[in-house]
Amino acid sequence: MTQMTYRQAIRQALADSMEEDKNVILIGEDVGVYGGCFKVSEGLIKQFPDQVIDTPVSEEGFTGMAIGAAMMGMRPVIEIMYADFFTLIFDPIVNHAAKTHFLSAGQFSCPIVIRLPEGSGTGHGAQHTQSPEALFLNESGLKMVAPSNPSDAYNLLRKAVKDNNPVLFFEHKLLYDTTGPITPENIEIGRAKVLSHGEDLTIISYSHAMLTALETADLLSKRGIESTIVDLCSLKPLDSRTLFEQVRRTGRAVMIQDTAATGSVGSEVLALIASDKKTFDILKDPPLLICGKNSPTPFSKDLEKNSVPNAAESAEKILTHFFNN
Amino acid sequence: MFLESNVNKDKSFCTGALTLMYNSRFFEEKTEELFKQGLIHGTTHLANGQEASQAGLCMALTDKDWIVPTHRCHGFTICRGSSAYSMFSEMFGSSHGLAKGLGGSMHMPDREHGNLGSSAVVGSGIPLATGIAFDMKYNGKEGVSVAIFGDGASGRGSLHESMNLASIWKLPVLFYCENNLYGMSAPSSAMISVPHVADRAAAYNMSGLTVDGNDFDTVYEACLKALSHIREGKGPFLLEVMTYRTKGHSKSDRRLYRTAEEEAYWASRDPIMLYENKLANEGILTRDEISEIRESCLENIEKQASRALEDSIDRLTEQEALDLVYAP
Repeated sequence: MTQMTYRQAIRQALADSMEEDKNVILIGEDVGVYGGCFKVSEGLIKQFPDQVIDTPVSEEGFTGMAIGAAMMGMRPVIEIMYADFFTLIFDPIVNHAAKTHFLSAGQFSCPIVIRLPEGSGTGHGAQHTQSPEALFLNESGLKMVAPSNPSDAYNLLRKAVKDNNPVLFFEHKLLYDTTGPITPENIEIGRAKVLSHGEDLTIISYSHAMLTALETADLLSKRGIESTIVDLCSLKPLDSRTLFEQVRRTGRAVMIQDTAATGSVGSEVLALIASDKKTFDILKDPPLLICGKNSPTPFSKDLEKNSVPNAAESAEKILTHFFNN
Repeated sequence: MFLESNVNKDKSFCTGALTLMYNSRFFEEKTEELFKQGLIHGTTHLANGQEASQAGLCMALTDKDWIVPTHRCHGFTICRGSSAYSMFSEMFGSSHGLAKGLGGSMHMPDREHGNLGSSAVVGSGIPLATGIAFDMKYNGKEGVSVAIFGDGASGRGSLHESMNLASIWKLPVLFYCENNLYGMSAPSSAMISVPHVADRAAAYNMSGLTVDGNDFDTVYEACLKALSHIREGKGPFLLEVMTYRTKGHSKSDRRLYRTAEEEAYWASRDPIMLYENKLANEGILTRDEISEIRESCLENIEKQASRALEDSIDRLTEQEALDLVYAP
């Protein structure tokens, strides 16, 4: 099994996709010789000189352009340098990519992937550290994935490129240097993964917060509490079936995420759990949402660090909430 | 840029051009009537008065070319070859519509006729058209992609970004500006910092040209010129045609921002009337022949509208609509 960093896994998925299909292109600012702001595409331009395309600072323009090309049958992958700049592509993504198939009654589809490096912990301030997935969650016609490890990143990106719908690919910047084995896996967009099968509690998470969730489960295990861990992998469509199954097994559900609560992935997960009668009836306690602070990301180091949940704090909250501890 | 005369005086060509203009005009008139009768709901943006622009462009295009029209899309759609029946059906919300009734007046994509469909967000179709051209160049496909927009959309960053992208990559895009003097109520003279939208071309190292958009021959010639420039690989072109929508912006517009004198002046420059007179005066078609063409177009539009109305009972089910949210 090949070991790779998350960054290398994305690069490999891009390379394999471009190798396989000339209509797969990577478009974005400084993705060529510079190798991308986070060095994800480093070296790809040498291997695929025609398929790696540097653009001017025109996010709305080149995203719209990629959508038009996708409607003609190309499979563009867009890199938005920082996910925060999603504001600039909201119109082409929401008004066009997401509605292409519906508004043309199936005459056109929009097989495009938007890569969005997101997340705090880098000291880049409030406009370079956001995790904007919640802002897209309500939009019909989009798919959204947020892998938490190199293998999922590789496999989900390969799937995203082949998908005939627009897929937002959220890659957390703090995951880039994490390492893991790449396993060839038939992971479907829209399916969650169950990582462990403890009996006491179901912890649900995704992306970077998954690391916090795993660490939290370790801390709980030391206190004799065993967790089932669900990695959502896909945020849209959400795998409600797996969620229900895994929550019903333990009767306790906690969601850990880096973003604030309001209108977020976690609040959606909790709403699903609470509104499914069979699952609700099995719950021993109200579900719990452990999430980021409701504020722009502060620059000051400790404030930034504390703006997202950590394992110690999460374990404490879980013990208090579920176990009267 | 001076135009060499390329006017086509062939009788069947002129009949074809006149037919497109009539179809467009009668489609809009019928649409307005159906709205007044309460048979169509929602809104619509009529393009009466802009027929020379629509027909002039579409007569110059081939079936390898693509258009991305504006929210005021009926005329371009019909001139590109879509059937009036599917268009009326779309307006009735029936499953026989171009978008099976999911789109409405502003969404009439027709793949078969090289029409990507409009963006109902002013100016947002322009990058999409640029993308069609990107695919053409990247995959060595023949054709030109036409980004149609109005003077109002010329204020959008999406246009400026697209013109820059098309210019640096020499993409086969025709930026086609229908300047009808008003963006909703806003006069273009008050909203645009240069005398002509086509003046913007220079900033992007592109060729640009402004012509009379109510004279069919002028529009057709200018389009041929611009298209051959693009087909020769010389990069994108910005063509601005000056025209006037004789109706309001949409069906709720009371037109308080313009004068009766101005409307009367433009009525005297009605593109269909100008073309009819020219054809008759030059002896290409007789007045009787013109009347015959007119009557047959009118009859056809009436027929398509009533057939579409009859069939409008056919609707997508909720499940069929939901199944179209995602591509398989």
